[in-house]
Amino acid sequence: MEDKVLSPEKAEEAKLKARYPHLGQKPGGSDFLRKRLQKGQKYFDSGDYNMAKAKMKNKQLPTAAPDKTEVTGDHIPTPQDLPQRKPSLVASKLAG
Amino acid sequence: VARAGGDGGGNNEVQWCFLQVKGAIDEDVAEADIISTVEFNYTGDLLATGDKGGRVVIFQREQETKSRPLCRGEYNVYSTFQSHEPEFDYLKSLEIEEKINKIRWLPQQNAAHFLLSTNDKTIKLWKISERDKRAEGYNLKDEDGRLREPFRVTELRVPTLKPMDLMVEASPRRTFANAHTYHINSISVNSDYATYLSADDLRINLWHLEVTNRSFNIVDIKPANMEELTEVITAAEFHPHHCNVFVYSSSKGTIRLCDMRSAALCDQHSKFFEEPEDPSSRSFFSEIISSISDVKFSHSGRYMMTRDYLSVKVWDLNMENKPVETYQVHEYLRSKLCSLYENDCIFDKFECCWNGSDSTIMTGSYNNFFRTFERGSRRDATLEASRESSKPRAVLKPRKVCTSGKRKKDEITVDSLDFNKKILHTAWHPMENIIAVAATNNLYLFQEKVN
Repeated sequence: MEDKVLSPEKAEEAKLKARYPHLGQKPGGSDFLRKRLQKGQKYFDSGDYNMAKAKMKNKQLPTAAPDKTEVTGDHIPTPQDLPQRKPSLVASKLAG
Repeated sequence: VARAGGDGGGNNEVQWCFLQVKGAIDEDVAEADIISTVEFNYTGDLLATGDKGGRVVIFQREQETKSRPLCRGEYNVYSTFQSHEPEFDYLKSLEIEEKINKIRWLPQQNAAHFLLSTNDKTIKLWKISERDKRAEGYNLKDEDGRLREPFRVTELRVPTLKPMDLMVEASPRRTFANAHTYHINSISVNSDYATYLSADDLRINLWHLEVTNRSFNIVDIKPANMEELTEVITAAEFHPHHCNVFVYSSSKGTIRLCDMRSAALCDQHSKFFEEPEDPSSRSFFSEIISSISDVKFSHSGRYMMTRDYLSVKVWDLNMENKPVETYQVHEYLRSKLCSLYENDCIFDKFECCWNGSDSTIMTGSYNNFFRTFERGSRRDATLEASRESSKPRAVLKPRKVCTSGKRKKDEITVDSLDFNKKILHTAWHPMENIIAVAATNNLYLFQEKVN
């Protein structure tokens, strides 16, 4: 007879798989790790950007979907995708 | 069940009193103010913090004086400086954060203090020195600094040193750059006081403190084909006494001990520490929660402690197949792993630390809770860093999380925990019972209650 009692961890796993059926089998595998290694990567090519703008003339360039964190495929990075210049550094409040 | 005897300390459990809190009170926390590292120096007289804005603040313990006997052991600002600035690597299109990942002090060898601070890519050696005298009576320039007319110099005089208000200056003495392709997670000063290691996700480098244009790669776990990548380095530390030994932990919950005498490239470990896992209990989360976020040798050098998502483990260096002690930090989170994965909290990197005698260990949790575990008696405590219990010398009341059934008065349910209030960084004074707890943008200091 099968043991029907699930450990809390396995119950949580079932919950996750129900919400995200396409989630990969190996979370600790290369996709997850490679994303970790890619932290900080930003893309912008002024040549691509200006040529695309010229081609589209007055139309809007396709922008990335809001939930996309990586820039790939049809989306040509715009200056809006670049990290904004950080505000001037001030003294730490711990020293105040 | 309490064990008889045990390591160090008396039989009475340590009671903690509020000492001080540093930082702004307002609810809106600027990201730059988030504390990212806390470290006492070797004597405990200095306490350094680093933040996401790349700034370092150093506090110094006030000496007890007859005129201020109640201000025993207060820490006040000694020096503050901008250690790292945000950078953009144009060649790789990589944004480099200025966040200080780690600070490590060098043992003091002269009047000045030295520390290493690192962000994701660059390590810097800072010299912090005091100046309390200045020279007066120069021959070629007057007191304002203006050059004197040469024909007005009719006689020579010897400049004298006069006292001045104490000035603490921080100056960068070395910059160790361009040695890490991936993000630096650890630095560790060697017991030879001449070398140190820096570790990123895939490599560990050995540096000499005097040499910035060269470093030796001692561990490289990058696979030839990145598709085969299965684990990354999460932390590394030198042994406190054996200058040839270091350990590094991985995202798969393993620790490797390496001996630099055995080979120039320490890809082959000397010891491999891993607790066997019950294959039937394996889940989607198993590997993620087994990832070790911190590894620390005991002061004695006989043990090491690792922190994974739900527990802290103490390992005897002579036993590789399992830890000698396991302490549950917040086991009640095991039934919340799904939502903790969705909000990314499952990837939070908690640190851990030993007290000076290695009898007690401490680590942080959520809701601004932190936990202490007494190894001998197996007593554990859950305490909270909050403004509410921040009255001078107020004794911290132990907190309790209600895990099942009816919530008793003063208990807090798991669902009421604030997962944005994480205590990731804590530090314990090397000799006394004084602890520093970083709660987002505030630094709390607690000391042992004295009767």
